[in-house]
Amino acid sequence: MGLRTPLYSQHCALGAKLVDFGGWDMPLHYGSQVEEHHQVRRDCGVFDVSHMTVVDVAGPQAKAYLQLLLANDVEHLKTLGKALYSAMLNEQGGVLDDLIVYRMEDGYRLVVNAATREKDLAWLAVRRADFDIEVHERSDLAVLAIQGPQARLKTAALVSNARAKLIEQLQPFEGFAEDDWFIARTGYTGEDGLEIILPKDQAAGFFTELVGAGIAPIGLGARDTLRLEAGMNLYGQDMDENVSPLAANMAWTIAWEPHSRDFVGRHALESQQAAGTPLKLVGLVLEERGVLRGHQVVRIEGIGEGEITSGSFSPTLGKSIALARVPVATGSRAQVEIRSKWYPVRVVQPNFVRHGKALI
Amino acid sequence: MSTIPADLRFAASHEWARLEADGSVTVGISEHAQQALGDVVFVELPEVGKVFSAGQEAGVVESVKAASDIYAPISGKVLAVNEALIDAPENVNSDPYGSWFFKLQPSAVAELQQLLDADAYKAVCVAAED
Repeated sequence: MGLRTPLYSQHCALGAKLVDFGGWDMPLHYGSQVEEHHQVRRDCGVFDVSHMTVVDVAGPQAKAYLQLLLANDVEHLKTLGKALYSAMLNEQGGVLDDLIVYRMEDGYRLVVNAATREKDLAWLAVRRADFDIEVHERSDLAVLAIQGPQARLKTAALVSNARAKLIEQLQPFEGFAEDDWFIARTGYTGEDGLEIILPKDQAAGFFTELVGAGIAPIGLGARDTLRLEAGMNLYGQDMDENVSPLAANMAWTIAWEPHSRDFVGRHALESQQAAGTPLKLVGLVLEERGVLRGHQVVRIEGIGEGEITSGSFSPTLGKSIALARVPVATGSRAQVEIRSKWYPVRVVQPNFVRHGKALI
Repeated sequence: MSTIPADLRFAASHEWARLEADGSVTVGISEHAQQALGDVVFVELPEVGKVFSAGQEAGVVESVKAASDIYAPISGKVLAVNEALIDAPENVNSDPYGSWFFKLQPSAVAELQQLLDADAYKAVCVAAED
């Protein structure tokens, strides 16, 4: 038996097919992951992501602490409510985790991956010794994501006036507390939507209301195909501790300026940049029938070989797509080995669908 | 588990086979198989005219989860394939017993008796879940 979120019995009641994810018993789907995927792109759906780890950092040196630990710079969060996406690196410049950090009333809130919880908490603990801060894992909170073009509208109709007003006013990549809920306009699908962090004892009730109002429950299967279409990385597949952010399509998340800001992994990254990074993360599209899958070999004529890091069928595009780590000189065509046969693929930017529209 | 039609025979590899009035045998995959596979996105059907021995790979069903081989449940020659399934692979999930893959002209009809009947197949599925 794995760990269970407050919504476990509801997932069962809704007919979820449950799987293990990072030690948690989570819904893979509730009938059809392809249907759930379409539902999010066309309307909206609700995801239980309470397995993720919420950590609050507060105190006079919270900013300095995060400026050291994160490759992106929380200085960019100029006002309350702003959020950013960042890598957290080790000294060798490898990715320990990717996360979102929100600027809160009294410090910052980090949302980190479920599978990396223990590693991340240990890292945060080791590093906090020199800082006047408090680091609190918020295991009292649950997280629900409502994503899709109708997500904000339909959610606003179900909450208090104050929360509805907040939802209406929220800009993308912002998050604010309203009473004991925290509501952010962030997500992992490439659609508009909300991520709501709320007390565990209110999660089941709210989930019931959402589903009761016709908002489809969405499992991890669709979550994966949605994020892949949106070109969003999955930690543990598209990057890990042995991978540089420069080889994981995350160069844009590194805040190099100001030069005076030292952050963990900076020196290693600078050396990598100076030497020239040999690999890059690209998108692949298979125009024929078939499915690209993780670890399949990618061959680029005259250049070398690479590997698929994440692959799947794209329900929105009706064909298979993938992210792959390949030699940096790779152009627009390659071949992938699927069950001992080679298939031609198009090499594209690692971003396939945004707001329901194909980009490739 | 949903009702298994009584006129079907099953291979342990989860294909069903139905003897038709004209002596041909229609082949598909079971409810248990479609559930295990998840959403089917592509099917690869054999060529008409191809001859298979029982247990030989005859096609592929590709789902979001993985690609799985389909095996000829009995020996025979392919008489027809269900082209419509190529454009609507999701029917394998929504109607596994109504979605046929191919029809065989059996080389030895007696081979059908070596397949499992509905009860025996159900028992195989239940045992596998333990």
